[in-house]
Amino acid sequence: MQIRTPEFKESARIALHDVGLQKALGNVKNGFPGKRAAAMARLPEFDALRDQARDVKNHVIAHLDLYLEQFEAKVLENGGHVHWCRTSEDARQTILKICREQNARTVTKGKSMVTEEINLNEFLEQNGIQPIETDLGEYIIQLRGEHPSHIIAPAIHLNLEDVADTFHAHHHTPRSVDPKVLMQEARERLREKFAAADVGITGANFLVAETGSSIIVTNEGNGDLTQILPNTHIVVTSIEKVVPTLEDMTLFLRLLARSATGQECSVYNTLSTGGRRPGDQDGPENFHVVLVDNGRSDMVGNDFQDMLRCIRCAACMNHCPVYGAVGGHSYGWVYPGPMGSVLTPQMIGIEQGALLPNASTFCGKCESVCPVHIPLPKLMRHWREKEFEKHLTPRTARWGLGGWAFMARRPALYRKFSALSNAALRLMAGKKGYIRKIPMVGAWTDWRDMPAPSGKTFMQQWQEKQRSGH
Amino acid sequence: MSKAEILGNIRRGLGGKITDEARATVKNRIQAHAPNLIPARGQLPAAERLALFINMARESAAELIELNDLADLPAALDQHMQSLGITELIMAQDKCLTSLDWSPLQNKQTTQRVSQVGDLASLTTAFLGIAETGTLMLYSRAESPTTLNFLPDTHYVVLRREDIVGVYEDAWNQLREETGGQMPRTVNLITGPSRSADIEQTLQMGAHGPRQLVIYLI
Amino acid sequence: MNETIINQTTAKAPVVGLFVTCLADLYRPEIAFATVKLLELAGCKVEVPEQQTCCGQPAFNSGDRQTTADIARQTIEAFDGFEYIVAPSGSCIGMLHHYPELFERNDPWFERAMSLKSRAFEITQFLVDVIDFTAIESRFSGHVTYHDSCAGLRELGVKQQPRTLLQQLPGVKLTELVDSEVCCGFGGTFCVKYPDISNRMVSDKSTNIANTGADTLLGGDLGCLLNMAGKLKREGIRVDVRHVVELLADMTSQPPLASSSYDLATKV
Ligand code: SF4
Repeated sequence: MQIRTPEFKESARIALHDVGLQKALGNVKNGFPGKRAAAMARLPEFDALRDQARDVKNHVIAHLDLYLEQFEAKVLENGGHVHWCRTSEDARQTILKICREQNARTVTKGKSMVTEEINLNEFLEQNGIQPIETDLGEYIIQLRGEHPSHIIAPAIHLNLEDVADTFHAHHHTPRSVDPKVLMQEARERLREKFAAADVGITGANFLVAETGSSIIVTNEGNGDLTQILPNTHIVVTSIEKVVPTLEDMTLFLRLLARSATGQECSVYNTLSTGGRRPGDQDGPENFHVVLVDNGRSDMVGNDFQDMLRCIRCAACMNHCPVYGAVGGHSYGWVYPGPMGSVLTPQMIGIEQGALLPNASTFCGKCESVCPVHIPLPKLMRHWREKEFEKHLTPRTARWGLGGWAFMARRPALYRKFSALSNAALRLMAGKKGYIRKIPMVGAWTDWRDMPAPSGKTFMQQWQEKQRSGH
Repeated sequence: MSKAEILGNIRRGLGGKITDEARATVKNRIQAHAPNLIPARGQLPAAERLALFINMARESAAELIELNDLADLPAALDQHMQSLGITELIMAQDKCLTSLDWSPLQNKQTTQRVSQVGDLASLTTAFLGIAETGTLMLYSRAESPTTLNFLPDTHYVVLRREDIVGVYEDAWNQLREETGGQMPRTVNLITGPSRSADIEQTLQMGAHGPRQLVIYLI
Repeated sequence: MNETIINQTTAKAPVVGLFVTCLADLYRPEIAFATVKLLELAGCKVEVPEQQTCCGQPAFNSGDRQTTADIARQTIEAFDGFEYIVAPSGSCIGMLHHYPELFERNDPWFERAMSLKSRAFEITQFLVDVIDFTAIESRFSGHVTYHDSCAGLRELGVKQQPRTLLQQLPGVKLTELVDSEVCCGFGGTFCVKYPDISNRMVSDKSTNIANTGADTLLGGDLGCLLNMAGKLKREGIRVDVRHVVELLADMTSQPPLASSSYDLATKV
């Protein structure tokens, strides 16, 4: 996927004026947060579970090497294969090799953000293998040649009309705006694909070290059809997804659906462990787990380690006013929203990713809803520190900050400057009490007025009062 | 090699060597597979547990039909299939199902095989019901092919009342016991019929899996 | 008056260092004066340390830890010896609470930062939670709504405190703002770095404010209030904007934000 993160500001500006997108984004704001809140209210232990989930993840990260080894041993014991991939390229090549061994021509895919991260679809196509997205949202955007704009609701940027047009164009069916009809069309078309695919690729929500199982959490059932019908099932996942036991997985399942869609529980939670067993009449013969690192192991022990706790529930973006304003595509790479603003610079580099961790008011809403208590604002701030250390901060901002910092460390000078600014602002406002336009601060006054100071600075007035003996 | 590199990198991040203590911690945690906090909701006496299961399953849009005896199943199925105009039932091969008298199925046939595209209805047993969320637990084995759980439009499931546990933790323990600690290829936790909200966030039932989930509670 | 009683009360009176905050200092001294008044009514002795400037948040949020740490040390020293540090801003007090993150644990400044943190409170939080003072009196009467500024709300847990205090005022009718906990889009330098996004957020906010039908918007953070007042003004929505302490301290003779006495005259 082409990295367009450096264009964030321009993309955001366009997104803000995109009427259709803005309507679609209303579905995020008006849907997910309320559902999550209702689900939370039904489970009194929700917050206690969050604390525990954070602690379990921290424990896992502190022993990540050992849990991964244990997971691998269990997969092998159950007749599966594990492939360790340091980079996206390693992962792509590994997957291609497995597909080639199967002489695969088509591959069905369950929803997987890691495969987006490693740009798998494009790569398979270039190598003559057709990837078919089967999650309804993913299917829609694949037809449109787009990428997901949300990690659990990939087509959230589209309206019904868009889907109607897309299906009409690709299915050559009469245009319908009945979601039922549209879904039926997709269902029918994909049935044949499921059955004909040579390889099925899914992601994983968690990997269980105890049993060597991977689990997918879905509502549609496409992930299941993807993995049980072809002869080969490849789980493409990442190293931080491992949890110790089924009981630990349960802890996260209790949080995941509620945080994500506000469901009590997703419809299909499916554990896969190895390939077909003796006597089994269906299911894949071959079971592969592709463990992608792609920068994650670098996060162990660094400032961003907390991010490895992320369970990809999307609560942070569902509640983010910035995401809600500009949508996922503006972020210019795979992961949008607050979690994307932390992960993206790690994966594409701060040089290209710096606009994202800056695009936050630090309102803290994301952290307050994160089921594993990831301090997202703090991590975004860490990226700003890296940016500052590397002298990547834009020059005007740096100079402004430098000048201000010089004074902030010199109280007497600071007072003088405040008094001067105060007087200047009052002068500009005249009698009005506000200012319509201030040169150099257009970013403010283009959109809003600047209230004028109501009088001299507090410090001036206070000192005058003290002198006059109150 | 990638594996060594990845693990090496993690170890570097964790500040050095693997200790025996760390190994023991990991081993013990896995062996103990101790429960975490279990919500009070599912920890109930049998009668209330059953009521909770029924409520939660219905909330998930499963259809729930109570029968007194497994022997009543064929007649009940006949009625249900009749109402949907279904004439063929693809069946799992559990003894308890195959040994039933299927003659009440009028002008309909039962077939024992894996499911294929186009099948309209399947019948399986559930290993357990989990009251906490109204969830069915099924697992793959020779008699119970997984395709039956996903391909047909209507999935009929037989669940015995005494197989309803309160919470997931109980389910895992029973599964471990049942399978001798060897995880089956597939374990399915199913809560209601298939659905999607991918078109404009409006929920539609019947995305790729069964459009209907009918639970016969015996 | 009996002298010994005076001595006793003064001896007991908590000594509070007022953290003025740069925005209140520059834009709206009344907020700081109102804070002083409330603290004194609550029986505190208030001082304004000379060595304070800004809390350092602009540097902190720009990734300049060095400067932030310098400012933190300066602020810690300025407020050394005060029993409490109180400011009319959740955001600035929230910043003071971040100070320990700036120092290594074995650095003596870490302990001092922890100490400052334990003594630093936002004004309404201080009045309600710390010294349990709710005997507010104010002649203000009107229909108000309240915006919960992010830092106060989520970093300090300021939510009920201003409402508890407002409830003491018989003339105040409060209508809750839809999405009162959603950010107004100010975000310090955010509003100038990402003006379009910030504008969207504050536009949504002003729509919600207008929909309450209230004639006064209150809040606890001047940065957000400047942002919202500026937007309301630009959009021609006639809602007065004030810091909540202005009402609580019965100091509303000054025209609201972004207005002048001239405005008031035409309004009447
Ligand atoms: S950062 Fe937290 S809220 Fe966001 S996706 Fe990850 S787990 Fe969910």
